Amino acid sequence: MKELLQVQNLKKTFKVSAKQQKIQGTKERLKVAVNHLSFTAYEGEVFGLLGSNGAGKTTTLRMMSALIVPDEGDVLVDGSSVVKNPNEVRSKIGFLTSELKLEEFFTPNYLFDFFAELHGVEKETARKRKQELFEKFQISQFAEVKVANLSTGMKQKVSLVISIVHNPSIIIFDEPTNGLDVLTAKVVTDFLLELKSQGKTIVVSTHIFSLIEKICDRVGIIIDGSMVVCDTLENITAEKCLEEKFFDIYAERAGESYEK
Amino acid sequence: MKNNIMTIIKKEFTRFFTDKRMVLTTVIMPGVMIYLLYSVMGMGFTSQFENTENYQIKVSVQSLPQSLKIIAEQGTPIIFSELSGEDKKQEALENLADGEEGSIVAVFPENFDELVAEYDVSTGNPAPAVEIYYNSSNTESKSAYGIMKEVLDQYESSLANKFDINPAEEGYDLASEEDMSIQVFSMMVPMLMMVFLFSGCMAIAPESIAGEKERGTIATLLVTPIKRSHLALGKIVSLSVIAILSGFSSFLGTMLSLPKLMGGEENINASVYGMKEYAMLLLIILSTALVIVALISIVSAFAKNVKEATGWITPIMIISMLLGVTSMVESLCKTEPIWFLIPLYNSAQCMSAIFSLDISIVNIIVTVVANICYAGIGVFILTKMFDNEKVMFSK
Repeated sequence: MKELLQVQNLKKTFKVSAKQQKIQGTKERLKVAVNHLSFTAYEGEVFGLLGSNGAGKTTTLRMMSALIVPDEGDVLVDGSSVVKNPNEVRSKIGFLTSELKLEEFFTPNYLFDFFAELHGVEKETARKRKQELFEKFQISQFAEVKVANLSTGMKQKVSLVISIVHNPSIIIFDEPTNGLDVLTAKVVTDFLLELKSQGKTIVVSTHIFSLIEKICDRVGIIIDGSMVVCDTLENITAEKCLEEKFFDIYAERAGESYEK
Repeated sequence: MKNNIMTIIKKEFTRFFTDKRMVLTTVIMPGVMIYLLYSVMGMGFTSQFENTENYQIKVSVQSLPQSLKIIAEQGTPIIFSELSGEDKKQEALENLADGEEGSIVAVFPENFDELVAEYDVSTGNPAPAVEIYYNSSNTESKSAYGIMKEVLDQYESSLANKFDINPAEEGYDLASEEDMSIQVFSMMVPMLMMVFLFSGCMAIAPESIAGEKERGTIATLLVTPIKRSHLALGKIVSLSVIAILSGFSSFLGTMLSLPKLMGGEENINASVYGMKEYAMLLLIILSTALVIVALISIVSAFAKNVKEATGWITPIMIISMLLGVTSMVESLCKTEPIWFLIPLYNSAQCMSAIFSLDISIVNIIVTVVANICYAGIGVFILTKMFDNEKVMFSK
């Protein structure tokens, strides 16, 4: 299988502000968010990144999508380096995270056309794709409603649609079902499965075990910025279910019991 | 990669022009408000002058001398009413003190004219004294006191009249009507234009850059393959156009209302300037708007939110206004081209020169080229900032 996404020895350190030092009760001025992390996603597979809040999942995904630059290491996206050719990488991926917001003044219709233009999608292709995606996510009836007036679930759907406006072969989703009601979450999960069936390569970060179990082929568990387990879902869950396995690993690696 | 500058410009224009409230507050209101404000101020001045012209003061006077009666009748606004007897004088003073009656009470010595004629300064004796009672808490009385005192001063001067200065009322001021317009416009408009342009930029640039950062929408743009330089250039060009529209609205309001502001001076009008002057002015305004927008955009990109950006921009606006004021101070007006490399100062000086009809093409060229270069540097810095995660994602 083709190695479509290669994460190579990524490291990212952030400065800790005086305010954060006070809140966290630490005197450390630097925090290693991602510590020499490596993994590979193969063509057509869904790779899940599992970890608690602050484990480094989002930072990893932001480096993979060329939004921030790694201190060390590199990510090769279908052969393009995020360090050397970030714009090439950006044109190959679709990235969705809750941090990325849509301008609330505009309508889904306008935003789709705008982002399609930025991605260089032909007008006719964009029109057909918009029609298809808007129908699938039931956005059509809200196409001319300003984003500000949409529900949270509908906003998330619009964000999702816009992130894949250019039909990328690699899709990176950060907590795609976070904060969504069960119905919208199901629509998103089903869509991820559909993308998988279309042969798209998907990297998804989440702390929802059921989502991982439902859609992922392989899973990487991140604790404190380091990849502690990276294997197929089958191998990881051979003895225990994913949730139990995760907490075992977490307790072992973090040096504390999650039961406390 | 496709050129996305136009895509960004179109988006910024759509954002601005489809928001009626924004168009109203940024483009229409400044011009209308300035026109109304200046017109009302001008009407105020005019009516004050008219009131002064028609104004008549009532002077209650005891022992009114004939000489003064003749002077007062020669075009002064004074109307005398004689007080006969001490009782009437006391009554008038009480009314004046109570504020019931305006104007003043003047008390002359008996035979004032004779006393004045007989008085010899060299004797050292006290001169005949005139007492003028007034109430300083009453505006009418206070101004009547001033007028009466002036009339008496003139009378005193006329007693020893040896020569006159400019005896005719007109014909000595050789300035033409055009000169008056030029002086007014070249003094006031450059400073006002700098303020208007800066205000126009301030109304939109922080919102477009710091606002997008604050709302997280800039990150959505940054994950697309758009070149950061295209994003920076698209933002600066579109914001400059909007700022110019806002500045133009204010400019129009000023030009139309300036004659009214100058107390209804019909002689002051912008028709003294031709197409050449307006074309040059447009060139200067365009290049200045680019510099100001670039400056505000950089500050906005550094700021974490709109509030912080506005706070940082305010001192820059004050500096810009001060540079605008240099056009009003002759000693700060330089003509050597080297001075026209100083951003914003060069714009104020060029505008002043254009309105003075004292245009130096070299200085105009230096200013426009320098401003475009500064705007280019601004685009470069903004591009680097868009690429800098510490700047873009600072919280």
